[in-house]
Amino acid sequence: MSLHLWIIPLLPLTGAAINGLLGKRFPKAVVNAIALGSTASAFAYALYVAVQFMGLPADQVPHIERYATWMTAGSFTAEFGIYLDQLSLVMLLIVTGVGFLIHVYSVGYMEHEGGYYRFFAYLNIFMFFMLTLVLANNYLLMFVGWEGVGLASYLLIGFWFLKDSAANAGKKAFITNRVGDFAFLIALFLLIKHFGSLQYETVFKALTAYPVEASAGLLTAIGLLMMVGASGKSAQIPLYVWLPDAMEGPTPVSALIHAATMVTAGVYMVARSNAVFNRAPIALAVVAVIGTLTAIFAASIGMVQTDIKKVLAYSTISQLGFMFMGCGVAAYGAGIFHLMTHAFFKALLFLSAGAIIHGLGGQQDMRHMGGLRKYMPYTFWCMTIATFTIAGFPPLAAFFSKDEILWKDWSSGNHVIWLIGLIAATMTSFYIFRLWFMTFFGEYRGTTPEDSNHGHESDDAHGGRGHGTPHESPMVMIIPLMILAVLSLAGGWVGMPAALGGSDRFDHFLDPVFHSTAEAVPGAETAALAAEGHTEHEQTSTELLFMLISVGAAAIGFLGAWFLYYKRTDLPAKIVQGAGGLYTFVLDKYKVDEFYGAAVIRPIVLASTNILWKGIDATLIDGAVNESAAGTQDISDGVRRMQSGNIRSYAGWVAFGAAVVIAFMVWKGVR
Amino acid sequence: MIPLSYYLVLSAILFACGVAGFLIKRNIITIFMSIELMLNAVNLTFVAFAADLRMLSGHVFVFFVMVVAAAEAAVGLAIIIAVFRTRETLNVDRVNLLKL
Repeated sequence: MSLHLWIIPLLPLTGAAINGLLGKRFPKAVVNAIALGSTASAFAYALYVAVQFMGLPADQVPHIERYATWMTAGSFTAEFGIYLDQLSLVMLLIVTGVGFLIHVYSVGYMEHEGGYYRFFAYLNIFMFFMLTLVLANNYLLMFVGWEGVGLASYLLIGFWFLKDSAANAGKKAFITNRVGDFAFLIALFLLIKHFGSLQYETVFKALTAYPVEASAGLLTAIGLLMMVGASGKSAQIPLYVWLPDAMEGPTPVSALIHAATMVTAGVYMVARSNAVFNRAPIALAVVAVIGTLTAIFAASIGMVQTDIKKVLAYSTISQLGFMFMGCGVAAYGAGIFHLMTHAFFKALLFLSAGAIIHGLGGQQDMRHMGGLRKYMPYTFWCMTIATFTIAGFPPLAAFFSKDEILWKDWSSGNHVIWLIGLIAATMTSFYIFRLWFMTFFGEYRGTTPEDSNHGHESDDAHGGRGHGTPHESPMVMIIPLMILAVLSLAGGWVGMPAALGGSDRFDHFLDPVFHSTAEAVPGAETAALAAEGHTEHEQTSTELLFMLISVGAAAIGFLGAWFLYYKRTDLPAKIVQGAGGLYTFVLDKYKVDEFYGAAVIRPIVLASTNILWKGIDATLIDGAVNESAAGTQDISDGVRRMQSGNIRSYAGWVAFGAAVVIAFMVWKGVR
Repeated sequence: MIPLSYYLVLSAILFACGVAGFLIKRNIITIFMSIELMLNAVNLTFVAFAADLRMLSGHVFVFFVMVVAAAEAAVGLAIIIAVFRTRETLNVDRVNLLKL
């Protein structure tokens, strides 16, 4: 049975083509109809596919569709095909669903912007590439999507390309991603060399013959390279630096690409490659360590940022760290679960932030906000749900997913990771409530209507236009917020853990993806299963205890933020005074950008300038070309004199030539 | 019988005279005559070889050359007359309208 899955990515591509090529002449309503229509129908078709998929017998999962051979080189073939299993189905629904909501929201947010059609064409092309990425049935096609979303991200970060900072942020994102992509490519080359294929089913089947690598080996190398690729796309240490800058793009872009979908591609890739990682414990450990470090590192930066979008950007990096933390202890299901809830609540956070920025005429600095609760009640309530969700209060979505990750960390014996994760969760709660209190409570600290919007930070949606008091956003922006709020509220219930009377449905749903390959390897799922050696009851009570600890951590963060930013708003300044250099150090993001600038970028720029440009390009290549041109000219200058136009001199040359030939023949002898 | 080499040397001398005349002279008529001289030097070679080797093809070739030379003379003289009518000179160095 064919589900004709190719329709799903092709719908947004069609939308992008129509809007991108012809959209300039269309009125906004037509652009909306095309962009939203293609995304909505993609989502609707995805729902249909989901229903059909549920009805498939177990032996037909994964459902693979092949359409054409893409290329053949020797024994290597790559094809256009689609691989639908539980994992790609979840990703498919997230991408089309959240993507559609953000399209709707963008209609309101981008209303007053130039390049309206261009924006939607880019969004649609992003959807196309993201769907290619998650649906591909081989790594090469996935890589096409992987690069394509990078392109879309570049285009959208630099959407306001007249602004230098936006153009630079786009470049930074693209180049940083290239570093990761390079590693990913090498991983693919290794796969080709040793398995002769990039088709998922071929590679995964071949992998079952491999034992778990006790020491570093081929699979460890592939896993590590893949992780470098993932850390580029998913903004993990050491390649996370592009994501905060990516906030230069319009806020819906930040929500869709740099929070909900694209940045999770790395997590998806790691989860998809679980067959590799399960056999390479060293690479898996590196995934966990990188995730953990990123989670706490980014959360600590997020605690001091004042730009509302920057806080959310660091929060995204930190939450992605949590996902890798889950994947790193082979709890891929937990990682993907968090990916899903994160897509809901982080999209909601960003869109709410966008609504705030929209309502304040482009103000992004939280120090100039405050008291917005009464100006934008809908936004406030949506944001409140998102805030409590990300902080991890039950029974909201992220409570279940984050708690599952922490629990898997503990139960797999990685207590240090669990502890750091818990601290990061506390920080998460603190910075998000800090944002909440600074934005919605207290007095409005913005400027009066007359002189508003001359602020230095007014570089988003309405930059440059006069703006009155804060106002609520139009309904077209509020309704997506509400839907996402419902999802953030209830989205976690599908993964209700057994300890709370649920049945862990989400995990079991994904089980076939992660265990079909793992079962052949006894040691692979030690992590998740080790704890199950205990008695059922003992484990349940431990799990409940850990939930209490998680909630306690969230509550500490809440109380801390409440005390500092609601009760005693004078205290933060004093603490800053006391902390001195440390505070500015964290505020400057630990000077990582400066460090990279000095350690990597500057040497490269110097070497490029002095060796590659002035040395090789200007001297060698240009020199060779110029010299050969000048030499030709010199020779021609001399030879030109033969062409005198005087018949008798030509005849003379003929006679001379004949004489030379005759002399030669006489000298050599005629025969 | 006169040896073949005598004919060949005479022919070479005639040809050299033709070449020299062609290179040195400026008058078109003289140049034209020099060309005829070269042609006939070649003719002489042909005939000498033909007589020496007792083969008819040399003679036949001479007739070809003479026919071509006659045709060339007709066309060439016509051109010379035309040139003289327009330029009023027979100096080849001054027939240079096509030169840059």
